[in-house]
Amino acid sequence: MNLPFAFLNGVDPWIFAFSLITVVATIAMGFWSARQSKTASDFFVAGRSVSVGWNASAISGEYLSAASFMGVAGMVMSSGYDALWYPVCYACGYLFLLLFIAGPLRRFGAYTIPDFAEGRYDSPVFRKIAVCFVLFIGFFYTMPQMKGAGTTLAYIFPGMPYWGGVVVVGAVITLNVALGGMKGITLVQAFQYWAKMFAISVPVFVLMAVFGFYNAQLAANTAPGETAAAVQGLDRKPLVAKAPKDEAWIAPFGPLTTKAVTAAAATIKDENERKAFLAEHQKPYSLLYTYSLIIALVCGTAGLPHILVRFYTNPDGAAAKRTTMWVMILIGIFYVFPPVFGLIGRNLMPDLYSGIGAKGTDKVVLELPTLLTARFGILGSILSGITCAGAFAAFMSTFSGLLVSMTGALAHDVYGRMLKPTATPAERMRMFKWCAVLIGAVAIVLGTFVENLEINFMVGQAFAIASASYFPLLFMSVWWRGMTMKGAATGMLAGGLCALIAAALTNVSTLALDPGPMGKVFAGFKPLNVFWAAHPLLRILCEQPAIWAVPLAIGLMIVISKLTADQVPGDIRMKMLVLHAPEKLGLKQEYIQEHSAGAGH
Amino acid sequence: MPTTPPPHDDVVHSEPFLRSLMRRQLSLSIACAVTFLVVLLGLPLLNYFAPGLMATRMGGFTLTWLILGVLFFPFVWIISWTFIQRSIALEEDEVKSAKR
Repeated sequence: MNLPFAFLNGVDPWIFAFSLITVVATIAMGFWSARQSKTASDFFVAGRSVSVGWNASAISGEYLSAASFMGVAGMVMSSGYDALWYPVCYACGYLFLLLFIAGPLRRFGAYTIPDFAEGRYDSPVFRKIAVCFVLFIGFFYTMPQMKGAGTTLAYIFPGMPYWGGVVVVGAVITLNVALGGMKGITLVQAFQYWAKMFAISVPVFVLMAVFGFYNAQLAANTAPGETAAAVQGLDRKPLVAKAPKDEAWIAPFGPLTTKAVTAAAATIKDENERKAFLAEHQKPYSLLYTYSLIIALVCGTAGLPHILVRFYTNPDGAAAKRTTMWVMILIGIFYVFPPVFGLIGRNLMPDLYSGIGAKGTDKVVLELPTLLTARFGILGSILSGITCAGAFAAFMSTFSGLLVSMTGALAHDVYGRMLKPTATPAERMRMFKWCAVLIGAVAIVLGTFVENLEINFMVGQAFAIASASYFPLLFMSVWWRGMTMKGAATGMLAGGLCALIAAALTNVSTLALDPGPMGKVFAGFKPLNVFWAAHPLLRILCEQPAIWAVPLAIGLMIVISKLTADQVPGDIRMKMLVLHAPEKLGLKQEYIQEHSAGAGH
Repeated sequence: MPTTPPPHDDVVHSEPFLRSLMRRQLSLSIACAVTFLVVLLGLPLLNYFAPGLMATRMGGFTLTWLILGVLFFPFVWIISWTFIQRSIALEEDEVKSAKR
């Protein structure tokens, strides 16, 4: 009798209840709207009929992933100031999308990025290459979502292993997507944004009201050049040995960006030499790391497949721009809050620094509200339940969105166009479901490997890959008429694959250091760490590849396009007009008519 | 594969119209992007060369934390709002000039 519910031992009923409500509500909404989506067009892009308010909430809901909800707070706690670049650039990346890409892309009108790639270059081959990157970036992005899921379930059910949470959550979301499609997702995503906003802001305000506001909490940390903290009254808990010191934490160029140089310095025996080495390399390399991170995040936002597909659900280009504006406001407000969690966590819950994997700083958002239990009893559990619900909303919405994009690519492109172009709509719908299951399963397996990598860090890498592949493709294709298919393909492949390999190398070398089972799986990559220690600059360039991969991609695009200049599509002027001329001129319809008359498809 | 396109000799399909269209839109975008990038890329430089100034306390926050953690978001909203207003005005102007 006891056995089936053994995993419920030590579970806080409030936390469990709030999380369960979120999951059930999400699934119920998915099923409810699934009944209303019938046609294949509905399934893929929500029938192109979503208002600005709904669409902005939905994009924000989809965008605010486990990285934003849990990862940013965890990383601010573990690394301090340098981690602030993440929320800021996550939000500001949308500006680049708005300035250079959103309007033209919407005017051109296509279902997905592969559609755009094919339409712009009249090349089905290029479409296949573009599809690969939907999957590459998608899988990289699902790993941190899975870590968020594993961490949250390990927190709610103390007896559950990390991989158990990954499997349960992954299976539930996969099933939901397979049955609901994207029409359901728009409604669910919009709801999830407001759930996340509520779940992050309410506990922050309560915690700040009880323990001291943002500025007072920050003032309790001593900055470099100060003799003592400005605020002494705050009852700060003593930091554990693994926590970074105040001066390094609160100031720029802290532990996150100087990690490679510190590791390299540790191998130098002579103390004076070591100090000289640190003085010479630490800050310049740290600045390089910061810039590379900024480039990856700002450019990468514009190249995320699951975000871009949403711009096609705007009725027109002006609506696409207004939507982007609202998205920036919605996510900008959200991103002020997670660092506060990280800061209060540092001051009041430093024990988390000693935890590893799912028990480390990545769970600060979930656990911090329980501090209130000592003073207000049940309130702590309720607020912790709310943040857990928010975490569920975060990884469920992003994972669903990614799953739809990746499944769309697989079902729509690989199956519908390459394997079986004659498939009937019913066959395509069935295939969509099977593809969702397949991709969900792969994502779950990948997710079980990454317990020891920081959520936010992994998302940053997915952004780096996007910034070196899709961003150059979109930016150059929209603004330079001299681009040829060969130039675009070479640049995108070279930049994207280099960034992918570099990011994967740093990850496997980090996983090889794990004392647990993962260390054994990746033991073959251990020597890589010796190499990194000898070459800290190369380590930084591999960990944050954007600073060289983006120029590489753009450079290759220009050079190869110039070499193959005779292959610029013949109707390039018309294509450019469709991309840039106001929609009121009706050029799109004219283009479609001419195109179908000329090319016959 | 492509057949000869039907003849277009109106303003909309002319080379000068497309050139001015793209030039005007791109220069607006670049102006906004430069404003944004100067601040975004300038902040690490300030942190690098003026660490003392950036560590000044402003109501508990260090100056650099206040800028990056709070003030940066409204700054970006202002840029994007300006861009949207101007770009919509630009489009209307283009429609007018095309129909003339």
